[in-house]
Amino acid sequence: MSGVPIGVVRFPGTNCDQDVFQAVLAVAGASPVWLWHKERDLAGVRGIVLAGGFAFGDYLRAGAIARFSPIMEQVIRFAESGGPVLGICNGFQILTEAGLLPGALMRNDRLTFVCREQWLRVESVATPYTRHSRPGQLVRYPVAHGEGNYVADEAALDRLEGEGRVVFRYVDEAGAATPAANPNGSARGIAGIVNEGGNVLGLMPHPDRAMSLLVGSDDGRGVFRGLVEAAA
Amino acid sequence: MTARVEVFIQLKEGMLDPQGKALEHALAALGYDGVGDVRVGKWITFEVSGDGRQELEKRVEEMCRRLLANTVIERYSFDLVEEPAS
Repeated sequence: MSGVPIGVVRFPGTNCDQDVFQAVLAVAGASPVWLWHKERDLAGVRGIVLAGGFAFGDYLRAGAIARFSPIMEQVIRFAESGGPVLGICNGFQILTEAGLLPGALMRNDRLTFVCREQWLRVESVATPYTRHSRPGQLVRYPVAHGEGNYVADEAALDRLEGEGRVVFRYVDEAGAATPAANPNGSARGIAGIVNEGGNVLGLMPHPDRAMSLLVGSDDGRGVFRGLVEAAA
Repeated sequence: MTARVEVFIQLKEGMLDPQGKALEHALAALGYDGVGDVRVGKWITFEVSGDGRQELEKRVEEMCRRLLANTVIERYSFDLVEEPAS
């Protein structure tokens, strides 16, 4: 296959790897490449996705053990050198554990695993992943997680907001960030953030499950298109 | 020396603990009145050997910081008890 190679990392317990593989495949000019967590070489990929699931069974804490898999050393180096890295759900948890994104994801505040369609507001279009969105645009991605409650100290939250690094916020279908619209108790309704460079995005909702109107939404396409363009 | 280590990990003060909250409600449902502020933590034990207590404490401290606890949301403490040489 030719095309921009995008690595899809698989840990034991990753379960959205096929969704992500297909999502990358759906972008014209992209070629998804499997990366097993034990590899120490990125095989020349130009972008990386950490897919959702339960890497290492979420043992200890979600993402805590995956973060030390051999491949992560290269993923961290790649991210720090400005390469595009997208972490979805468990991938977001791994990115925070790895220190590539600030804060942490705790158990949902309402004691339940949450699995539903979720409206989000695009808060920043100054990232590769949202450059095809309009500021304030509403998108609908599924959420499916037990530990998606984003926490960080107030100073860190202020900084994220001030620097325009809150990329997605949980809202209702009218675009209001109400407590009922927040599925997990996340601080300030934060659903997704980027690092300082804007090249590393972590989000709990699943753009990879919003790739076709056949499954209810194709709002996730822009994220993957942006990823591939940034990697090209 | 070889030591047995017990690591205790808890959510930091003020961090919402939904598991603790659920247990609190369950205890109340069982009729145990006056129970409050239930918190659920982790207890990890292992054996470790190395050159003396100071060095072992330093290593365990590092293990806690790097892996066993996430210091953004958790605090930890540990006991290190020397095992008699066999």
